[in-house]
Amino acid sequence: MDTESSSAVEVVRSVSVPLSRERTFELFTTRMTDFWPKEHSIGGSEIAEVVVEPGAGGRWFERGVDGGECLWGRVATWDPPRKVVLLWQIGADWQFDPHFETEVEVIFSEEQSGRTRLELRHRNLQRYGNDTERMRAVFDHPDGWTGTLARFVDIATGQ
Amino acid sequence: MAVGVLADRLPVSRPAVSQHLRVLKGAGLVVESVAGTRRLYRVNQSGLQVVRDYFDRFWETALDNFAILAAAEAGPPANPDKE
Repeated sequence: MDTESSSAVEVVRSVSVPLSRERTFELFTTRMTDFWPKEHSIGGSEIAEVVVEPGAGGRWFERGVDGGECLWGRVATWDPPRKVVLLWQIGADWQFDPHFETEVEVIFSEEQSGRTRLELRHRNLQRYGNDTERMRAVFDHPDGWTGTLARFVDIATGQ
Repeated sequence: MAVGVLADRLPVSRPAVSQHLRVLKGAGLVVESVAGTRRLYRVNQSGLQVVRDYFDRFWETALDNFAILAAAEAGPPANPDKE
């Protein structure tokens, strides 16, 4: 089954802020804790900190109030103050999956009077519905598959 | 993916696989198509609209928060007492 020829799914959002490109890039990458919607945590405890390690290959993770770290993905492109690309590697089961990648591309462009426009594209969301690795994991893993089937059978039979 | 392929990979019988697929189909999680004498199943793509909507709302909230943070960092706008 061809997984990528099906149309790419992405979301695009942008915002204009009264800061220079340099300050906007810095704020976005170093202060994620301060603007991240707090309920969006995949760790075992409340988010204490959201960290983007600067530079390509850096980790993107949350640190919980209990000190535990939970990996979200990695930095794919680090090009301050123009662009940063983060790999969001959280699967549909809300677990980090090193074989699963969606892409969050953020472009910072100058506007008039010292403002900066931040444009964010979260790409390849179609992989949530058509990820062969994940499907294989489900089909190849007896517990995963039969567990899933068992739940649906329970539902279907009204138990 | 065909029923036979799934049955070969799973520790359950082919009729059991067919029965399970009917349940998944009923729940809207897989879509069935017919190729010759075979029935093929694939993951239902319409679930992607839910994923897309989720991330759209998520980033809207995150960037709204970011704009508030950036405005605070920029300091108060055009203060008439200064300059």
